[in-house]
Amino acid sequence: MSTSSTTHLALALDGTGWHPGSWRDPSARADELFTARYWTDLVLLAERGTLDLVTIEDGLALQADDGLHHDPRTDRVRGRLDAVHVANHVGALTSRIGLVPLAITTHTEPFHISKAIATLDYVTSGRAGVQVRIGGRRDESAHFGRRELGDWSDLDADGQRSFANALFDETDDYVEVLRRLWDSWEDNAEIRDAATGRFVDRDRLHYIDFEGEHFSVRGPSITPRPPQGQPVVAALGHDERPWQLIGTSADVGFVTPKDDAAEALPTIRAAQQRAGREDDVRVLGDVLVVLDEDATRAAERLAHLNDLAGSPLESDALIYVGGVPGLADLIESWSAAGLSGARLRPAVNTVDLPHIVDGLVPELRRRGLFRSAYDGRTLRDHLGLARPANRYAA
Amino acid sequence: MSKPTKQIHLAAHFPGVNNTTVWSDPQSGSHIGFASFKEFAQTAERGKLDFLFLAEGLRLREQRGQIYDLDVVGRPDTFAILSALSAVTDRLGLAGTINSTFNEPYDVARQFASLDHLSGGRAAWNVVTSWDAFTGENFRRGGYLPADQRYERARLFLETTLELLDSWRDDDVVADAESGQFLARPDAGEFARHDSQFDIHGRFNVPRSPQGRPVIFQAGDSDEGRGFAAAQADAIFSRHSEYDAGRTFYADVKSRLAKFGRSRDDLLILPAATFVIGDTDADAEERAAVVRRQQVSGATAINFLEQVWNRDLSAYDPEGPLPDVDPDTGEHTIARGRASVRRHEDPIELARTWRERAQAEGLSIRDLVIEVSGRHSFVGSARTIADAIDRHVQDDASDGFILVPHITPGGLGGFVDEVVPLLQEKGVFRTDYTGATLRENLGLPTLSDDEGAARAS
Repeated sequence: MSTSSTTHLALALDGTGWHPGSWRDPSARADELFTARYWTDLVLLAERGTLDLVTIEDGLALQADDGLHHDPRTDRVRGRLDAVHVANHVGALTSRIGLVPLAITTHTEPFHISKAIATLDYVTSGRAGVQVRIGGRRDESAHFGRRELGDWSDLDADGQRSFANALFDETDDYVEVLRRLWDSWEDNAEIRDAATGRFVDRDRLHYIDFEGEHFSVRGPSITPRPPQGQPVVAALGHDERPWQLIGTSADVGFVTPKDDAAEALPTIRAAQQRAGREDDVRVLGDVLVVLDEDATRAAERLAHLNDLAGSPLESDALIYVGGVPGLADLIESWSAAGLSGARLRPAVNTVDLPHIVDGLVPELRRRGLFRSAYDGRTLRDHLGLARPANRYAA
Repeated sequence: MSKPTKQIHLAAHFPGVNNTTVWSDPQSGSHIGFASFKEFAQTAERGKLDFLFLAEGLRLREQRGQIYDLDVVGRPDTFAILSALSAVTDRLGLAGTINSTFNEPYDVARQFASLDHLSGGRAAWNVVTSWDAFTGENFRRGGYLPADQRYERARLFLETTLELLDSWRDDDVVADAESGQFLARPDAGEFARHDSQFDIHGRFNVPRSPQGRPVIFQAGDSDEGRGFAAAQADAIFSRHSEYDAGRTFYADVKSRLAKFGRSRDDLLILPAATFVIGDTDADAEERAAVVRRQQVSGATAINFLEQVWNRDLSAYDPEGPLPDVDPDTGEHTIARGRASVRRHEDPIELARTWRERAQAEGLSIRDLVIEVSGRHSFVGSARTIADAIDRHVQDDASDGFILVPHITPGGLGGFVDEVVPLLQEKGVFRTDYTGATLRENLGLPTLSDDEGAARAS
């Protein structure tokens, strides 16, 4: 297993990359975005770099530039494949890297997501995770027609977005249901006892009986407890409430430090403690990377991408534009500040990912900050997280 | 004038949680590990079968208030496993049951479109409905539909899903890096649906997939179900694998197609079929008798009877006579999570028939249950089975079969290696895949985006 002093590296995949002009790069393979081959090639490359995991973005509406409202643009990548499906397909063709598709908690059934991620864990022999995200777009809810959502401009007295907070509360419940369902079978529930004719010992199967404000789930799962016991739950947070969600519910948090690398940590650790969680929570800093041989070339590439996109790059995360040593310095400084590593968002997948694998990874290895080979089999192994005991086992 | 020789369609069902599966056999492998599914799928593809079919479970079965523990319990998520299998197969169709009650059209449409993209056009959807509150307890909205609305919801669910899938045209993704045009038009994916079940609008977010839509399967057997299939489905999963019943069902369903402007070739009828292959017919009969006893233990026989009687019969001896007491015709509470219990429309009459038969033939409870439930569709040498399947299909008792082996994952191998070559020799089964997509391999008409849109409306 990895030691906790090792830096963890995650890769965030979204379309052709995180720069809106990325699809116009000559290498981008934009016309292959909806093929299995495209996704498999990228993840195999990341696996060659012994990265801990890959996240795959998703959503229940077409992408939009402002992230909240429908737009009619035709000059941007629009449309995507279901991330859980992509992860299962790629999972069958890879052997070591963790696969963490995104699931929207506001409009999907936790029972369905629970068994889909458990199945991903079976397909990959223990490399599954799921990134949970609220679905705050009104057009998303119009696609489902089941609930009216509030408004992001609806701020309460403390300046908190109460509408969003309610969705995060629901997400805490959602993760609780996922975890209970994964535990609803004890590891040794399948007994195949030919003498008594019993396939399972039903005393080792458990109803979860979850009752919440938005949903209730009886259980048990239909899928036996997955290889990791609990697949890895991840969440992205930009603010107090989602940081609390990370501390309460996630195994891995993605945060977006710009000035103070450790800003989110006190909130996450406090929430973790309040929830009585002794297990560790890995916190990775997100950074959008335009990575090249040197800073000048990187800046030129960014300028060209901005031209192609028709606007300067903006991001919720820090944007790093430069060479390998500077990015390694940044990650090292984040580690010193208490983060567990970084999640890299390539500006252009087909350009920046090779730089990550062939440049950044060797540099971090030289510095003794990153593994030289996978030393474990499961995603939990990579992250140095123990396999949890089953809450229902006697 | 003689009829042209029909080509047989064959598929394989990865068996799940019925007592068909003999899990106690030493050759029986995992029912959850991916290696089992991969072996099964690759065996089916080696035999050039049309597709692999996977059922779905959304709640563990219960009997007498306890989780049913005698059959295989537990299975993977249907969509997830089909996507994983799309990576380890090239031509095999990937068919899954997905419930229209505990899902929403937007989500189901994007998942099928994704599966169809990832598999290069091999996705198929067996549309089923559920109305029971028992299964609904696992889903956030709780207690579901009254029975009389379930076909209405299923029909509108399917229509809505197809409308979403048809909201993109084939050429909507331009992805021209030079000009900077990614989409052909700003309203790609636009849809609006307002009916008694759904009130949704917006833009669908998966571009059109190779088949445009999954191949649609339907499994209902009621008059309503047959009508639904005749109007909408590409194939129907029938349970009429016996020759005479098959011919009656076949004639009935095919005759309904004209009313919907469809030809007899537009809907395939594929019953599920079990089989036992032997070196000789006599050898196969012997093996089949052993398998039937493996499938129906004493405890399984009592549980089976309880599903008809709707009473606790645990005090009865499975090697003894059938209960004198009549079935309880009140609300069915003894067994939950089983579709089959609803088939017994007149349990008192059924029980009377079974009692008479058991008495006349000197059958114990277990013997009787073996007689009424354990029959295999095809038993014999490979030659006998190949001939019987061919006769079924040429005589319009079906268009082919969905094979259900009783051992997983290895039980399909014998059929593929011994029976398939004989069918190929007869010229009634392909020696290689003829098309790239499942729709092509099934010989179904391909749909352009315009035709798709027209048919959905």
